[in-house]
Amino acid sequence: MESLLSIAVGILFATGIYMMLRRNLIKFIFGFMLMGNGINLLIFTVGRLTRGTAPIVPEELEYLDGSVIQDFANPLPQALILTAIVIGFGFVAFSLVLLYRTYTVEKSLDTDMLQESVLPEVTP
Amino acid sequence: MNDATNHLLSGWLVLLPILIPFATSGFIFLFRKQLSGKGLQLQQQIGVFASGAHLVVSLLLLQQVIAHDMLNVQSSNWPVPFGISFVADGLSSLMVVIVSVMALAVNIYSLSDIDKLRQHFAFQPVYLLLIAALSGAFLTGDLFNLYVWFEILLISSFVLLSLGNTRAQLRGAVNYVLINLIASSLFLAATGLIYGYTGALNMADIAVQLSTLPQGIVTVIAVLFLVAFGMKAALFPLFFWLPPAYPAPPIAISAIFAGLLTKVGVYALIRVFTLFFVYDVSFTHTILLWLSGFTIIVGVLSAIVQDDIRKIVSFHLIAQVGYMVAGLAFYTDLGLRATIFYFIEDIVIMTNLFLITGLIARYGGSFKLSKLGNLYRDKPYLAIFFAISAFSLGGIPPLSGFWAKFMIIQASFAGGNILFTLVLLFGAFITLYSMARIWQHAFLKTSENKTLSLEEGNLTQSKRNFYIPVVALTALTLLISFWPQPFYTLSKQVSSQLLSPQNYIEHMFSEQNTASPFKVKESKGEGH
Amino acid sequence: MILNSIILQTATRILIALLLLLSIWLMIRGHNLPGGGFIGGLVGACACALYTISYGVKKAREALRLEPRIMIGLGLTLAFLSGLISLFLGDPFLTGQWIKIYIFGTLVKIGSPMFFDIGVYFVVIGVTLAMIFALEELEFDYQPSSEADK
Repeated sequence: MESLLSIAVGILFATGIYMMLRRNLIKFIFGFMLMGNGINLLIFTVGRLTRGTAPIVPEELEYLDGSVIQDFANPLPQALILTAIVIGFGFVAFSLVLLYRTYTVEKSLDTDMLQESVLPEVTP
Repeated sequence: MNDATNHLLSGWLVLLPILIPFATSGFIFLFRKQLSGKGLQLQQQIGVFASGAHLVVSLLLLQQVIAHDMLNVQSSNWPVPFGISFVADGLSSLMVVIVSVMALAVNIYSLSDIDKLRQHFAFQPVYLLLIAALSGAFLTGDLFNLYVWFEILLISSFVLLSLGNTRAQLRGAVNYVLINLIASSLFLAATGLIYGYTGALNMADIAVQLSTLPQGIVTVIAVLFLVAFGMKAALFPLFFWLPPAYPAPPIAISAIFAGLLTKVGVYALIRVFTLFFVYDVSFTHTILLWLSGFTIIVGVLSAIVQDDIRKIVSFHLIAQVGYMVAGLAFYTDLGLRATIFYFIEDIVIMTNLFLITGLIARYGGSFKLSKLGNLYRDKPYLAIFFAISAFSLGGIPPLSGFWAKFMIIQASFAGGNILFTLVLLFGAFITLYSMARIWQHAFLKTSENKTLSLEEGNLTQSKRNFYIPVVALTALTLLISFWPQPFYTLSKQVSSQLLSPQNYIEHMFSEQNTASPFKVKESKGEGH
Repeated sequence: MILNSIILQTATRILIALLLLLSIWLMIRGHNLPGGGFIGGLVGACACALYTISYGVKKAREALRLEPRIMIGLGLTLAFLSGLISLFLGDPFLTGQWIKIYIFGTLVKIGSPMFFDIGVYFVVIGVTLAMIFALEELEFDYQPSSEADK
């Protein structure tokens, strides 16, 4: 299972980076999303896959020896991934709006437009 | 006062620099409608007051840290390797103090510099959020939490950068946002790998676990971190996003970015390359050395061909990052001491230079050297302020930049690195030349250009707000120049702390921190 | 964008109540079972998004009464205050504080993590809706202008 997931991570990274290298900025964002998913899957995989129960300890187990808890899935990667997903979500939303604003001003989303400087002489 | 209470109080002191700006930011967000009357004055006063409180708290924290070596708090009272720790050691608390001084200065400047529209679009709360995130990034003792603070920092800097939606700002923001998306992805991936190999996220715990791992894996992770933080710190060859982005927003925002944002990257580099990746110094730190050398050369050489003062200063900002990383790359006591001292003086100078640049443009009506002139004749005081900061940046004795560069060069000599010493000297020399160029063109040259008065712009506030921070920061530069002893002692203390990560680890795993909080339910067993 | 579909609008009226109920239930059970403020908030935001799609942003804003921004501020404040409670009880920031009370003979535990979760719930709804409203109110007319854009 781990090796399968590793290959999936690799594919997501490769496609993500390929998309990020495209000249269209929207495609860059798609690439970022793919790579973000690859990273989330990476964290999930390195957090050890346990085929067991959800990481919620029932009340009856509370007084048992600590070793029992090994049968539960690792809750930490899930917390990390959740945080990462939320942050990625916010970033994607912000960048999409930013690109939209840029498009309305520049009438293009080609990376070439970023080359020349348009600094105003005085700060408004 | 007994020991436990003392521990608790110091714990709250560690958190206050984060909580004060965070809470104030939320408060202003919540009552934005109510606070928007009277030209937003109430909002601004609250913001400045919060910055002031932040300064007081962080000074208290620094004083406590100097006395007790290190303070920490376990949020939610989880025992050490499990919960999120906040740690104030010498470096973090020093950085928080610098943040708060710059934040207060720039906040006062922003009262006049930031126009009504931007103030109305939540400048003040986002700015405070940025300060909170900066303090959080410096104070956290948990790698994933560092990632979260970085992201809060980024999102608030995105907003500040693009606030106003001018064409240059949008372009700069696209550069800045996209490169930072990559950098944070890499940071997250590296954090995930570290977690996978060590099972730890607490920095002290990671440092312990990493020593048992095979060397190759650790080095790969180290390089991932180097790329991620290098992008944020604007190290060669990852600095191309900076020159279009930083000069684009209003000068107050540029100043706070220039002073603090790249330095968070440098701080993170220092943290991970003194705590985690110290086993293969000959490889990782040599990469750092090469990168810093190229950063200095490319930074200063790019600066001398620019015509726009903001761009000149931005390129010097990049070069200065090179100097700071150089001290880390030597990985000796002398080198780190120099880096810390460089931090203190350079952040003050860089922020001040940007603030003065804003004034130059307001008087001269342009940022372009070719159009400026006459300023020495018409505004002699401004010229003096500029000269102090600029020639300090160039390393003229006895100004503070001289001490910092002297220490770096001394460390380089001590390492027997003659070629690199030459690079450092060359960088300093070109910096001086480029500062002299601004001096010559903007101040001494006579030109057709008429000097404007500040009142001619669409100003709502008095010009006092422009001058208070400039004068204060110049005074601070002079203080560091003529009385460097306390700052030197402080950097010495910090660098010796950084070079003995064992103390950091032992402190984090002390009895007080690892004790289980479940005092009542002892019968629960050990496993949680 | 309004779909103006009678079927959707009628279904929305029933679904929105169910979804909101589900979201609150998810939020409250979250401390000991799968669920929590975040998931609950997302489901709640889904309910409001559904309403937005079928009736339009203007009506959705009216139905919501609170501005999304105010909801974010409210949620943040609540979460922040729940962490601050432990200051007065002598514990580090965010330490969970619990009170046990009996309502009709049933043990009910009320604690600061619950208020933290409610804060998260409001923040999530507020943020999601702020984004959805902002994006819905944009009029997007993207036309590729150069080769690379296509």
